[in-house]
Amino acid sequence: MENNNKKSRRDFIRSGTRLSILLTLGAVGGIAAKHLTAEKYVWQIDPFKCTQCGRCATSCVMTPSAVKCIHAFNLCGYCDLCGGYLKPDANKRSTAAEDQLCPTAAIARKFIEEPYFEYVINEDLCIGCAKCVKGCTSFGNGSLHLQIIHKRCLNCNECSIARLCPSQAISRVKASKAYNVKGSFTKDSKV
Amino acid sequence: MKCKLMLDRYLQMKNWIKITLVFAFLMFNLAGMAQKQRFPKPEFGTGYSQPTPVTPEPRALALEYTDVVVLLIVLSLASWFAIRKRSRKGLLWLSVFTLLYFGFYRNGCICSIGSIQNVSLTLFDPGYAISITTLLFFLLPLIFTLYFGRTFCAGACPLGAMQDLLIIKPLSLPEWLRKTLGVIPYLYLTFAILFAATGTDFIICRYDPFVGIFRMDAEFHMVVLGIAFILMGMFVARPYCRFLCPYGVLLNWMSRFSKYHLSITPAACIQCKLCSDSCPFDAIDYPTDEKQSKNTKWGVNRFLVYALLIPLWIFIGGFAGSKAHTWISKANPTVYLAELLLSKPEVRNDQKNLDVQAFLSSGKSLETLVKEATVIRQKFYSGGWIAGGFIGLVIGMTLLGQVVYRKKNDYQPHKGNCFSCGRCMNFCPVKK
Ligand code: SF4
Ligand code: SF4
Ligand code: SF4
Ligand code: SF4
Ligand code: SF4
Repeated sequence: MENNNKKSRRDFIRSGTRLSILLTLGAVGGIAAKHLTAEKYVWQIDPFKCTQCGRCATSCVMTPSAVKCIHAFNLCGYCDLCGGYLKPDANKRSTAAEDQLCPTAAIARKFIEEPYFEYVINEDLCIGCAKCVKGCTSFGNGSLHLQIIHKRCLNCNECSIARLCPSQAISRVKASKAYNVKGSFTKDSKV
Repeated sequence: MKCKLMLDRYLQMKNWIKITLVFAFLMFNLAGMAQKQRFPKPEFGTGYSQPTPVTPEPRALALEYTDVVVLLIVLSLASWFAIRKRSRKGLLWLSVFTLLYFGFYRNGCICSIGSIQNVSLTLFDPGYAISITTLLFFLLPLIFTLYFGRTFCAGACPLGAMQDLLIIKPLSLPEWLRKTLGVIPYLYLTFAILFAATGTDFIICRYDPFVGIFRMDAEFHMVVLGIAFILMGMFVARPYCRFLCPYGVLLNWMSRFSKYHLSITPAACIQCKLCSDSCPFDAIDYPTDEKQSKNTKWGVNRFLVYALLIPLWIFIGGFAGSKAHTWISKANPTVYLAELLLSKPEVRNDQKNLDVQAFLSSGKSLETLVKEATVIRQKFYSGGWIAGGFIGLVIGMTLLGQVVYRKKNDYQPHKGNCFSCGRCMNFCPVKK
């Protein structure tokens, strides 16, 4: 009998505690619910904040990086002397590897008509090193820029590049507007 | 009189026209400025059609909800296997599924362990939006554990499954070692929350030893760590679960008060001792032996002393935490950069320091940076008190736990530590 009493007392304490834990969890959920969003968020680069430091190539958890160069063709000048394609000290405007800025020769240069050339990125070769972006931003229109390609990105809980980006250029954006492609995305537009 | 009025109106109108004109001019100019490019886009004579940049969509939201549904099903099945069906085999196959789905297919992300950080960040940073999926991944396993024990660990956690399936020859660890190492998860949890809440870092994700295996890609030191854990796990069963996992701390608390829990025997224990060595995690409590219970008098005294010491432990911990905050806060990149620029102004000339160069080119003033850093450091100060105090409490409680003897008559799983893996059930000769 005494044993039984003890047991039911313990059960009582236990279910009381369980209830209070449940309430605590409910409270946590309730506070979190204030910031709850039905939207999915993904990581993306603000091309106007990016300073082309090169960490995108090395800091992504994926090898090669999920960050790739994107070409906003609308902004391109189709220059023969492309600051993103050719090394500054290139000895001729050619497709020779030693004259190309891109370490993996990921940019294809195609003649369109005199004197214009089209530059297309081969996503499979690009490692997201931002060398071309730097060239194009400094000497050209800045039509080449980096973006996280969501087919490749794992959408890590915390993007490991975001933590290391010296310019705080990477932040979470709504998945319904998953890219900040220059042209439609302008400086200081709401992310 | 009338004339004057007319004139007034005329002048007013003229002003309006002027303003409108100036405005229009400005607008025109602004529009022109936005369009201005160093090299204007050419007008092509040939029929050149311009490609558009390829921007593949992210994984659909519906699939994220599918993950939640899968989690819910796996949790329910695991609880059913552990408590009703009493099937080790069922739990085993469930872990295989979990390993494949949440591990290799979903690349181990999002997981409940990491969700602690998202939840902490939401609680402390109003600007951070948490997704429903993440919140449910945090809450569902805790609620299930509160009712059925740690069945999440038995079948629904990809990290647990990975380790569980690789146990080869588990060694039994002495109790003092288990208790001592058992404090680490509390430390890990505390730091994970502190770092997440201050927006510094998600350390659980960064130092997850198995996620690299799930993605088949990781930095070198994480590969080494992952392999080390797997090798260790062959002999020290579930090393991450027992001596690191911060979510395990929460689950442990929940499980202690669970309504139902896996039991070794389906009926009454006959004290045959057959199950006593069956648990690879040393999670089975033995019946209290006579020697211990005889010493109760001494035990009561010790209990009182240890209980009275707890507030002291909390204070010492909090004090140490608040003292360490300057040092710990350097993990925050903003604090680190501000400190670096103040203490070594010459880094400004270091072209190789990307962080410094990016800061200088951003046009932000050092004053703003220092202000931001001060705010963050302040958070670390209060966080240091709380975190330290909590660690003090854990140490105090661990010591107290050493001297508490609850009389146990049978062989029973320790409700907090048992992963509900179901191994021990197969050793019990009692049938229903
Ligand atoms: S880490 Fe940041 S600044 Fe560096 S290349 Fe990537 S986005 Fe640009
Ligand atoms: S230079 Fe770098 S970022 Fe540009 S295309 Fe080549 S690999 Fe990609
Ligand atoms: S979220 Fe992960 S996979 Fe995606 S870019 Fe960042 S580090 Fe790479
Ligand atoms: S203790 Fe942690 S890692 Fe282990 S199974 Fe449970 S939640 Fe997963
Ligand atoms: S179910 Fe049994 S064997 Fe498995 S962890 Fe619990 S006590 Fe140990």
